[in-house]
Amino acid sequence: MFMFTTSKQKSGNMEIPKSFLGYKRENGRTGTRNHVIILPVDDISNACAEAVANNIKGTIALPHSYGRLQFGADLELHFRTMIGTGSNPNVAAVIVIGIEPKWTKKIVDGIAKTGKPVEGFHIERTGDIGTVMKASKKAQEFVMWASEKQREECPISDLWISVKCGESDTTSGLAANPTVGNLMDKLEPLGVHLCFGETSELTGAEKVCATRGATKEASDKFMRTWSSYNDFILKEATDDLSESQPTAGNIAGGLTTIEEKAFGNFQKIGNCKFVDVLEPAEEPKKGKGLYFMDTSSAAAECVTLQAAAGFNIHLFPTGQGNIVGNPIEPVVKLTANPLTVKGMGEHIDCDVSKILSREMNMSEAGDKLIETTLRVANGRLTCAEALGHREFVMTKLYRSA
Amino acid sequence: MATDIIIHDQKDNVGVVVIEKITPKQDCSCWIMENDSTVNIQSVDEIPLGHKIAMSDLKEGDTILKYGHDIGKVVKSIKKGEHVHVHNVKTKKW
Repeated sequence: MFMFTTSKQKSGNMEIPKSFLGYKRENGRTGTRNHVIILPVDDISNACAEAVANNIKGTIALPHSYGRLQFGADLELHFRTMIGTGSNPNVAAVIVIGIEPKWTKKIVDGIAKTGKPVEGFHIERTGDIGTVMKASKKAQEFVMWASEKQREECPISDLWISVKCGESDTTSGLAANPTVGNLMDKLEPLGVHLCFGETSELTGAEKVCATRGATKEASDKFMRTWSSYNDFILKEATDDLSESQPTAGNIAGGLTTIEEKAFGNFQKIGNCKFVDVLEPAEEPKKGKGLYFMDTSSAAAECVTLQAAAGFNIHLFPTGQGNIVGNPIEPVVKLTANPLTVKGMGEHIDCDVSKILSREMNMSEAGDKLIETTLRVANGRLTCAEALGHREFVMTKLYRSA
Repeated sequence: MATDIIIHDQKDNVGVVVIEKITPKQDCSCWIMENDSTVNIQSVDEIPLGHKIAMSDLKEGDTILKYGHDIGKVVKSIKKGEHVHVHNVKTKKW
């Protein structure tokens, strides 16, 4: 399967492949997928975007709920997420459709900086039917152009790997999350970009997490970010959050408190140190290595933000069985819970449940996950892709103006 | 003997059940990951996969240690071998 040359660096049991097969983009980044997306600027343009995607096979519409009357930091985040999604190297070309020309153009111009084909359409003065026709013609041109793109051998350092866990239970902290940590420890020296988030779900482990800043500046920035999120939760909380954090699924799986969940969550970064703290959907600018992103802890919101920051493959450890996917960033699921493997195996890309019975050690599990990750990077569909999970969920910071 | 319970850290006062369930009065083998040692415990309650067992007697106000860290406080006294969960432990946050 992996007939590429391998690096000298040996992991526990296997040599880590030095390369994978990806799509080279105009700006030098590499995609693990080759999507042509139809991106609505706002909620009321969803119908148009979906009609175009229905007309032109091989394109995907990314409907969402926002984009009107937003302002300030909330509007900036909207634009950053839209432009970032279109700019992600897993996307070959983009059609942008909005109700009016100004915000549509702003998003088109942002995506155009990558050098990839992008064209915008607005609905006012034309109506849905005329816009669908014009946009469909361009989408057909884009998808036929993109269909000729070939995968080529790319260095493993072209992987930008984001991580987030969900429907966690104690098996996540015991085994699935440390498996991701083992992968990070092995791939970080090879020059990959890595990203973890879930600000609120580090509560209880925040001081330990802060010690993992690569610089004092990164540590301080993390504590400021966490404190601000925690202050917001305390301000809005009407009870002890026992109905929300841990979730009912977490509790069924044996997790008792947010602190326990946080220390489990934290296992995902292995022994790595984070070089910087990113705003939601902000592209990393300090080179290779691990980044912390200030994100929601809800699965689809978090993955959507990480994909918008340019990450091209996602690792998602689960305990009780979260089923999330993303339209542009493949989401690789792993679990160590044997009951989850047994009951809902169609959602699990990598089974590491043998860690619990001690038939597999952490290094073997990390190797197995690296192998799965590279197969998916090379083009193998994830379970979530095969099952049609395309959760694209924008983060909204506050009420509209 | 197969492992029934895994404990993260030597300091921890709880362990996690890693078989489908343990039954009352079961003699369980516990593996401590940190130093690769084994200890034994007899259960009091039935405890399902992923749930925690008390490795010592704990009284109200005591701190639960897992991963070697504080993960909450005891709100109802717990005997060694009993089930540890939301009915007897609460967060110190929020």
